[in-house]
Formats: sequence, C-alpha cells, structure tokens
Amino acid sequence: MNSSSGKGSMSTASSSAAWKAGDAVPEQFPAGLRVLVVDDDQTCLMILEKMLRTCLYEVTKCNRAEIALSMLRENKNGFDIVISDVHMPDMDGFKLLEHIGLEMDLPVIMMSADDGKHVVMKGVTHGACDYLIKPVRMEALKNIWQHVVRKWKDEWKDFEQSGSVEEGDRQQKQSEDADYSSSANEGNWKSSKKRKDDEDEAEERDDTSTLKKPRVVWSVELHQQFVAAVNQLGIDKAVPKKILELMNVPGLTRENVASHLQKYRLYLKRLSGVSQHQSNPNNSFISPEEAAFGPLSSLNGLDLQTLAATGQLPAQSLATLQAAGLGRSTAKSSIPMPLVDQRNIFSFENPKLRFGEGQQQHMNNNKQINLFHGIPTTMEPKQLASLHHTAQSIGNINMQVTSHGAQSFQNNSLLMPMAQPQSRGQVLNNSTVGHAPTLPSSMGQPILSNGVAVNVSPRNGIPENIRAPGYNPVSQTSSILNFPMNTASELPGNSFTLGSTPGISGLTSKGAFQEDVNSEMKGLGEFLSSYDTFNDLNQHKPQNWEIQYVGMTYDASQHSNSLQDNLDLMQSVLVQQGFSSGQVNGQNRSAAVVRKAMFSAGDSTEHVNAQNVNQHLNSLVENTIRVKSERVADASAANLFPNHFGQEDLMSALLKQEGILPAENEFDFDGYSMDDIQE
Amino acid sequence: MEKNPMRRQLAIMRQALFDQGYLDEQFIQLEELQDDANPNFVEEVVTSYYRDSARLILKIEQALERKPFDFNKLDGYMHQFKGSSSSIGAKKVKAESTLFREHCNSGNGEGCVRAFQQLKQEYATLKKKLEAYFQLARQAGPMETACRPK
Repeated sequence: MNSSSGKGSMSTASSSAAWKAGDAVPEQFPAGLRVLVVDDDQTCLMILEKMLRTCLYEVTKCNRAEIALSMLRENKNGFDIVISDVHMPDMDGFKLLEHIGLEMDLPVIMMSADDGKHVVMKGVTHGACDYLIKPVRMEALKNIWQHVVRKWKDEWKDFEQSGSVEEGDRQQKQSEDADYSSSANEGNWKSSKKRKDDEDEAEERDDTSTLKKPRVVWSVELHQQFVAAVNQLGIDKAVPKKILELMNVPGLTRENVASHLQKYRLYLKRLSGVSQHQSNPNNSFISPEEAAFGPLSSLNGLDLQTLAATGQLPAQSLATLQAAGLGRSTAKSSIPMPLVDQRNIFSFENPKLRFGEGQQQHMNNNKQINLFHGIPTTMEPKQLASLHHTAQSIGNINMQVTSHGAQSFQNNSLLMPMAQPQSRGQVLNNSTVGHAPTLPSSMGQPILSNGVAVNVSPRNGIPENIRAPGYNPVSQTSSILNFPMNTASELPGNSFTLGSTPGISGLTSKGAFQEDVNSEMKGLGEFLSSYDTFNDLNQHKPQNWEIQYVGMTYDASQHSNSLQDNLDLMQSVLVQQGFSSGQVNGQNRSAAVVRKAMFSAGDSTEHVNAQNVNQHLNSLVENTIRVKSERVADASAANLFPNHFGQEDLMSALLKQEGILPAENEFDFDGYSMDDIQE
Repeated sequence: MEKNPMRRQLAIMRQALFDQGYLDEQFIQLEELQDDANPNFVEEVVTSYYRDSARLILKIEQALERKPFDFNKLDGYMHQFKGSSSSIGAKKVKAESTLFREHCNSGNGEGCVRAFQQLKQEYATLKKKLEAYFQLARQAGPMETACRPK
C-alpha cells in the first residue's frame, strides 16, 4: 500500500486502489470508507447511518434498491462497500447483490432480522461478503472495512499471480500494474480486480469451502488437460471428481474443476451449432498484443492472461476463457452471473482468445477468408498491422467485441477492422472471414440484415460497420473477430469480436471486413457500430462507454476525426461503441446509423444482448484499452457493464463470438449458431 | 447517581425500562450514538420508529380483516415490524412479533389475532413510557452517558 494514500485518498475512488496494492494500510484507514446503505426501513437506516458515521465512514443512505443501483452506476467508483437489507419492497436484496456484483464488483454486506440458516446461506451463495443479523450493533460495523481490503488484496494478488503465470507477460504486467496503480487506472483495475476477486471469492463460497483457496489459473495447458479429460469421460458423464482424477494435477481441487466444468458446459452450449474452425495459432500477431493483453488479462482473470501471454489462444483457450468467464460469473451468484463479470472476463478472454484464435484462423484458413466480398482473405499481417495501428485501439475493442473474430484474431493486428469501419457495413464479410462461411455471414449478417444495411456498401459505406470487426476473413475461420490484433497492444484482447453477443454477433461478423486490411478495419468499424447500436440500446451512460473505450477513445478519438478513413470510421465506430455517447456520437455518425439499424433490426432481445455484448465489448475494449486508457480512471471494468446483463446473454454473446471463430477448438463448434445472431 | 433530582428520576425511569423488560441492549447502542452533534438522537430514532411502524400496524390490521388470512403477507409485514422494533431495542414488542410470526408459520389465524392484540398493547405501552422518558430528559438537560443495565 502506498502510505502516501492517506485519508484523503481514501475518499477518492482511487484511494482504495492506491493502497490496495500494498500491504500497509494508511493510518487513517478505515476512516473515510465510502459506504452505501440500502434499507427500506427508515429507522434502521437512520441508526446505521449514525453508527457508520461514528466509525468515521462516509455514509450514503438509500431506502430504495433501484435508487441505490442507479447511484452506483452513476458513480462507479463512488463507493467502497455496500450494505443492504435482504427484504425490500422494490427489489429483493439478493437481486441487488447480484447486480452490484456483476456491474460494480463491490463488496456487499447483507443484513436482515432473519437469521435463519437458509437466508444466510443464500447470502453466501449470492456472493455477499458478510451477513449481519439485525439489530446491527456498532461492533459489527466497525470491521466492515476488512471486506474492502480483502477484496483489494485478493485482486492484487490475483493480478500478480496471473502475471506470474505468464512469464512473458510479467514484465508487461509490471508496467501495467504501474499503469494501474496510476490513479487513472486504479478505478478500473481495482474494479476489475475486485470483480475478479469477488467472483473468485464467490466461487469459493459456492464451493462451500470456508478456506480461501488459492486462485487457480486455468492456463491453456491446464484447460487442455481438462478438456481432454472431459472428452475422455464424455461430456455427459464428466463429473468433477473423475475429471480431477484424470487430470491428475496436484493442487487442483474438485471445486476448481467443478466450477470450471460449469463454465465449460455453458461454453459448449453456446458453441453447439457453431462449426468448428481450424485455426492455427499465430503468434506473430499476437505478440504485441500479448503485452498489452497481459495486463489486461490479469484484470480479467487468470485465463486471459494466459491467453494473452500465449498470444495465440487456441480455441481451447478461448473456451477456457469463456469458461473462466462464465465460471466466474456463476460463482458470483447463483443467479445469472453478473454480466459485468462475465463480460469482463470474456472481454479479456475473448480478446485473447480471439487473438490467438484469430491468428490461427488467419493462418490456417486464409483461403477461407475469402468470404468477404473480394476481401483478400489472406490478410497479411502487415496489412493488418497498418490497419491496426490506427485501429489498434479500435481493433482491440473490436477484438473483443467481435469475439467471433476471436479466431481471426490471428490477424488481429492485421485485422483491425477498424480500418474500414464504415465501409464494412458488410458484416457479412465476417461470414466470409470465418472459416465457417456460414458463420460469418450469419454472424455478421444478422446484424447487418437487421437493419443495417449490412451490405450497405460493402465496406465502405456502412458506417455502421455492422460488420463487427470481423477481421478479415483472413483468419479464415470466423475471424469475425478479426480484430486486428494490433501489435500495438491495443488490441490485446480486443480481438474478441464481440460477436459473441447475440445481437452483436451479427455485427461482429466483423470478419466481414476481411476484404483486406481495410476490411478488417471495417470490421472493427462494424463492430464498433454494432457496439454503438448496443450503445443506443443500452443507453449506456456515457461514462460507461467512455470508460470502456477509453482505450479506444484514445486511438479512436484521434482517428475519429477522419471518419472518412475507413480506419477512422472503424475507430469511430469502435469509439462509438465504447466511448461515451457523447464522444462517439459525434464521431460515428455513420456508425450510429448502422448501429441504429442494427438495433432496429434486432428484436428487443437482441438489443439486450447487444447491450450485453456492448457491455461486454466495452469491458473488453476497456480491458484492452486499459493500457491506454489511463484517462479513463473510471473505466474500471466494472463500469464497463453498466447494464446488468443476464448471464445468458453475455455468455451467448461471448460464446457466439467464440463459436464463430474457426479454430481447432476442442470445443467442436460447428459454426455459429445463427440463432444468436438474431436480427 | 445523579445529584440533580430530575436527572436522578430520569435515571430511575430509564433503569426501570430495562428492568421491566421493555428495552434491551440495543437501546443502549442508540444511546451510545448520541453525542453533542446529535443530542436528541435517541428520541429522533424512536419518533421515526413510531411513525413508520404505525403504518405497518395499520397494514397488518387491514390484512387481518380479510379472510382467509394471507399468512405470507402477514409474516412479511411482521418481519419488517420486528426488524424495526428490534433496532430500537423494543424488547417486549419484539417478543410479541416473534410470537405472531410463529402463529403465521403454523397457519394459526386465531393465534395471530391474539398475538397481534398483545403486540399492539405492548407497542402502545412502550410508546407512552418512552414519551414520558424523553419529556423528562428534555427537562432534565443532558443525560448521563449510557450505562448498561445491571
């Protein structure tokens, strides 16, 4: 902890982050801890407020859960901990708990006059970090700060731990950490870490183990072992115990396997119907990204890092990530995993995976990539590289967004659809990109068809880039994600073509851009557009988007100026997606159009997904951008998902993306299930 | 012991409330929160309690007039009421709430009605006693610091 962060910093959002890192707590701590108390009982609220003030905490009281939630959303880093009653008229306390966990990843303490075991257990499984029985005594409140510190420490530890997993990333991480330590990133990092940690804790809680188990990093290798074991047993008969035995990994517990299996199952469900794409890991593109991802991944969680590090995330990795992402979310609460978490996880992971995937895809299926109209399937890295310089920021985002493109990540850097954001409109291109022609098209198409003129003008005109960053089909496989894995670390993780989000998936077909580097860029643009649409849908608060796209904004904003350029277009699109509506709107007019189209095209569910996806994307973008988004201090991953997306949506979104990616995924998906792509 | 007769009287009154089981430890928690910044904190809280809980009492009364009884709803109201009452340390009222909830759980409509009558009585009694207490406290001036019941 930095002793420098004293009381003053405590009140600031970054304060916690600041001293989170270290072990020493500022002298003044826990004074100044920002607590949000939610209880419909005015009397209790009055008492609690007084008690907390006496503990020298900064108290904000709220008697309506909805208001509390909007308060938290508006001010993502405005609170350190939340105390909420279980029984409230407008919203169940556990529901609020989930929302907070998903979106903000803050520690939440539940309280109730009910001390029945069942209720307390519910609190535990939903991810509450503590449960107080009413009437609450002062002594009980005095120590609530421990939960805040614990979360930070865990996040920090995870962060570092994940870093250690990837040696290559270590250095990167260090620098990233430094970045994160900066106030700008603190919020984000903290949130993401918190989120991660919270999920992890939740996971552990779910496992009903009282001890805090060391976080297990599901590295690619480990995941491969896991998948091998599952396949050997047969997915239906694969039980954690047997898997554990088959894997024979020392230190791995049944609970670890169980939660991972849960995620994996969800992942598979999503992939079902998605054609499997072969993708060859392509490290070349990923490397630069890795660095970028490294830090990001850690944010997300372990898996991402792993993936990031490896650069080439094979399909498996992707799955792992997803699983991890999924798992995390589930761990959080029995209820659909907080989207936030998921999103974040996926976002990181996806980008990574996509990255690897994409790359692989790229390499492998160059020929396939010709799905795009005339888009040169073989996106040369250089092409992409150029693209992604500009699009980098965008690309990253796209990557993420177009998780579909994950596979095409290989080209990520190259694929930066960003280059042609607008023109890509052809989300369809994505389809071409992916090895699964059907997929990309479906991926991209749906989106485009929805409203956006998907084909508006292949590639160019469609400002909307509905195309989802589909990278150039180059990645062969669904490189929908084609996020140009900008070498510039920007892409890190961006490669996820958000395609995963159902609504977005269409967009993410990003692969569509495949035509050429530009295409890719376009894809990104499309992606961005798709994001934008989601944005529209989501009504994301500017802040959310801003945060998310912070990275994007950096690059995007710069590029956004020249909307004309495809790249810019893409970026702007991306930007739109991630950037605050204000920013984005200005720049991506076209994108907005696309997006809007997309939205309209999609049904409400789509939108929701889109939103989720956006959220996810945002977070993804965020993550990748994080590196760049110093500014976005608030961009905490948590903020990325302003909306609470159902886990399903998120998952589907992610998975969709994943599924789209052609690759050697072990997951055998056969192609994108267009279902998700719904219009 | 307070030298001031009024204060002494106040202390006696207060002690009686504890001894007779009207108030419990939680009330002392409230007293401990009272300070110079909030010199009438306890009274404010109790006032707020009686204001909010009156609404709940009314709701329960109305629910008890509709037959058959919706025990879930009744239990819900009582749960809320209990939480509120316990937060100010209303010991007897809290006990009656618990009894009421037990009857709800066992579907004992009669028991609920009886328990509710008892509850209302305790609720009213406590209110009167506390009102008298606070009135004296205002007259007596700053109270001695909270001390645990013997």
